Amino acid sequence: MTALLEVEGLEISFGSLAAVRGASLQVNKGETHCLVGESGCGKSVTALSIMGLLARNGRRDARVLRFDGTDLLALNERAMSRLRGNRLAMIFQEPMTSLNPAYTVGSQMIEVMQRHRGATRAAALARAEELLARVRITSPGMRLGQYPHQLSGGLRQRVMIAMALMCSPELLIADEPTTALDVTVQAQILRLLSDLQKDLGLAILLITHDLGVVARTAHRVSVMYAGEVVESAPVAQLFTKPMHPYTRGLLDCVPVPGKVRRDQPLGSIPGMVPRMTQSFRGCAFVERCTLARPDCAGEIVRHRLAAQHDYLCQIPPDRVTAP
Amino acid sequence: MKGWRNAGLWVGAFIVAFTLLVALFAPLLAPHDPFGMDLSRRLKPPIWMEGSLPGHLLGTDHIGRDYLSRLIYGARISVLIGVMTVITSGLIGIALGVTGGFFGGRIDDVVLFAITARLAIPLILVALAVVSLIGSSLTVVVATLGFLLWERFAVVARVATMQVRTLDYVSAAWSAGCSRAHILLRDVLPNIASPLAVVATLEMALAILLEAALSFLGLGVPPPLPSWGLMIAEGKEYMFFNAWVITIPGIALFVFVFGINLLGDGLRDLLRTGRVA
Amino acid sequence: MTTPLIEIRDVGHQFRVKSGLFAQPKRIVAVDGVSLSLPAGGVLGVVGESGCGKSTLAKIILGLIEPSAGEVLIDGRRLDGLDRRERARLIQPVFQDPYSSLNPRRRVRDIVGVPLVAQGGIADGEIRRRVDAMLARVGLDPELGERQPAELSGGQRQRVAIARALVLHPRIVVCDEPTSALDVSVQAQILNLLAELRRELGLSYLFISHNLAVVEHVASEVAVMYLGRIVERAETETLFRAPRHPYTKALLASVLTPEPGLGIPDTELGDTMPDPANIPPGCRFHPRCPAAIDRCRSDAPMPRRDRRGLAECHLVEMA
Repeated sequence: MTALLEVEGLEISFGSLAAVRGASLQVNKGETHCLVGESGCGKSVTALSIMGLLARNGRRDARVLRFDGTDLLALNERAMSRLRGNRLAMIFQEPMTSLNPAYTVGSQMIEVMQRHRGATRAAALARAEELLARVRITSPGMRLGQYPHQLSGGLRQRVMIAMALMCSPELLIADEPTTALDVTVQAQILRLLSDLQKDLGLAILLITHDLGVVARTAHRVSVMYAGEVVESAPVAQLFTKPMHPYTRGLLDCVPVPGKVRRDQPLGSIPGMVPRMTQSFRGCAFVERCTLARPDCAGEIVRHRLAAQHDYLCQIPPDRVTAP
Repeated sequence: MKGWRNAGLWVGAFIVAFTLLVALFAPLLAPHDPFGMDLSRRLKPPIWMEGSLPGHLLGTDHIGRDYLSRLIYGARISVLIGVMTVITSGLIGIALGVTGGFFGGRIDDVVLFAITARLAIPLILVALAVVSLIGSSLTVVVATLGFLLWERFAVVARVATMQVRTLDYVSAAWSAGCSRAHILLRDVLPNIASPLAVVATLEMALAILLEAALSFLGLGVPPPLPSWGLMIAEGKEYMFFNAWVITIPGIALFVFVFGINLLGDGLRDLLRTGRVA
Repeated sequence: MTTPLIEIRDVGHQFRVKSGLFAQPKRIVAVDGVSLSLPAGGVLGVVGESGCGKSTLAKIILGLIEPSAGEVLIDGRRLDGLDRRERARLIQPVFQDPYSSLNPRRRVRDIVGVPLVAQGGIADGEIRRRVDAMLARVGLDPELGERQPAELSGGQRQRVAIARALVLHPRIVVCDEPTSALDVSVQAQILNLLAELRRELGLSYLFISHNLAVVEHVASEVAVMYLGRIVERAETETLFRAPRHPYTKALLASVLTPEPGLGIPDTELGDTMPDPANIPPGCRFHPRCPAAIDRCRSDAPMPRRDRRGLAECHLVEMA
């Protein structure tokens, strides 16, 4: 496994609010890494900061932020924009925020390629048509001349994916790409992403709050809570042996057909996500954790269960995994 | 992001508040009687010019009335016209707009027609015609402007109501068994108030300018009332040799209208950023 | 047999959308010939994708939209014959978006008290007492009553909406995607609260959702909607164990349960999207149906019933 994207000790703050507090993750070539968490946990800003797209009042700092050996921290805006849309691409939950309603699908798709690769218009158009067919859009030639509002939600998301693939990126960051879609369309889009990954050797950083999506798409999972990666493991490990009480709680919250009886309550996590500041010490989950001990307020050391499985909690493992 | 820290908002608020205070306390602030003529002291310039008279800070007009006092009393007319016109036109426009937006269908068609018809009326010409037919007085000017300036209120109120009407809290209020009146007063009106406040500032500035224009044409506030527009009109024959007679009320008018617009813009930014919601 | 709490017969609704001043208005078929009943104490789940008409159906049952065809009976009485106060005492909504369902200009206490005020003739002290009791019952500190909705989290807001719906002790609550806008951990809290309240207060729910796992957890019976029609209806266990309509099968297959290793299902639905402005002839599902035969293209199937439930498909064998 070779690492394509390495993030270590990522810190992002907006004024006094610490959105990400020392998060680390690694995306390997050809692999899907899921970043999962609830709203406000910092997963989306993590993605944006990797792309160098943080809002102006956001501050980014990290020990390591490397893409294929290139130190992203050292790149200036011009060098970064040469990577963006080229070797690093991103798709969002709502395609309309990244598709310009005033231009046709075709002209938006070829723009990226003309800019980064200096491709001719004809070559770029041919590539666009090929990719639309690749993401299984029927009559791609006609679609090139259409405007975004003429497409359904699922089609727009496909167009977004095709557009992201124009320059054959090595890493695709997908921020909740299927959240706004119906379940049947969600399954289609995720299958498409997984097929593309196999064919093109694409690495995907998939950001989602949906554990179902995580279970079915990820190779590796990082669970974020209050700006920290509280647990990181290969997907099967995470679902069978969750080590962090938060991971465990999240898994219990999801109704699984055939698992939880109707008359029984779902597991739930009491309370709310705290607002974090940089000066915060100790475990951020302590107020909502049923297993919390006095020493949880102190410095927490990252524990390692296996080579690929680490978590940020000091409660003895047998107490967490016990039902 | 602009918000409370928007300097324009504060400058605008200061100008408007200052003018309101001056209008309110005009009898206390004015150094002389604004109607008191003294033909022996005609067209004396303001004190920073040569030939000024002590005691007349801004000089005197063509029949020897103290210019500063007239300017101060003129603020009353402008504020009065602005406020009364906005109240009249606001009531008409909001009532029509909310009715159309809330009930939709045929009723909305009628409201839309009324708005379109109103937009087809040339404002100044009709105002001129009405005032010259009925004769000019403060009430006539306010009524005429009030009945002519409601369309922006109606357009904004209508669209805002249509948006609010579809929101879930209105559906919840219906389901809770609330009456139409309750929903209109408690759920719709408070939630369309902010864009309407912005419209009110714009309309007030427009009404003040229109009053000045009417007065300038001799069809606004009848003399000897000290309106800024009338002061400009009265001064226009002397402007080549005594430019200040029209510059001073002109600047007052400009600054006040500018202030109202700054305030309106500031309010709009504030509401857009959601700081007041 | 007891009267069902909700009974709707052949309800239909079309929207007319003007596309221009002189253009022919487009007809959008939102609900088309739907019949349903909700027994007292039951939870009827309605599932379907966006645009299938499930939210319009909810609005019709709440009396917010007058249907263009059919009739709605609440507790045996015609909905359009009910006085607004009577209706409010019988049926209340909980909507999806806890941000747009609370008036941002009012305090939480006033929002929850609205149904009581609308009844008229209830003393202020009594209203206050009942609002406080209800806030406590849904797990909110009555002190939050003084706050504005903007000061609350999404989960707290949804609790406020539930308190408002229950303050009159109605018999039916129409939940239109009540947890779709919430985080999973909060979703679980709200679902548990709804289940508890139903048992304690003897409520019946019409529970609308696109999330099949959630519906499976809360509903006793499920109706599947597609382009304005109910294509299958059955007891929850039956429907989830052995779906019969090809659309139900595809929907269930698309659910991504949190079980790693199963991969992503192939729904075989193609990418023709359902368009309520342009209902296909024959069976309305045939353009996406992996099992469609010639007959499906011309011949609209009729709803057929047996002891396992209802299905509207030529290919389903009835017992």
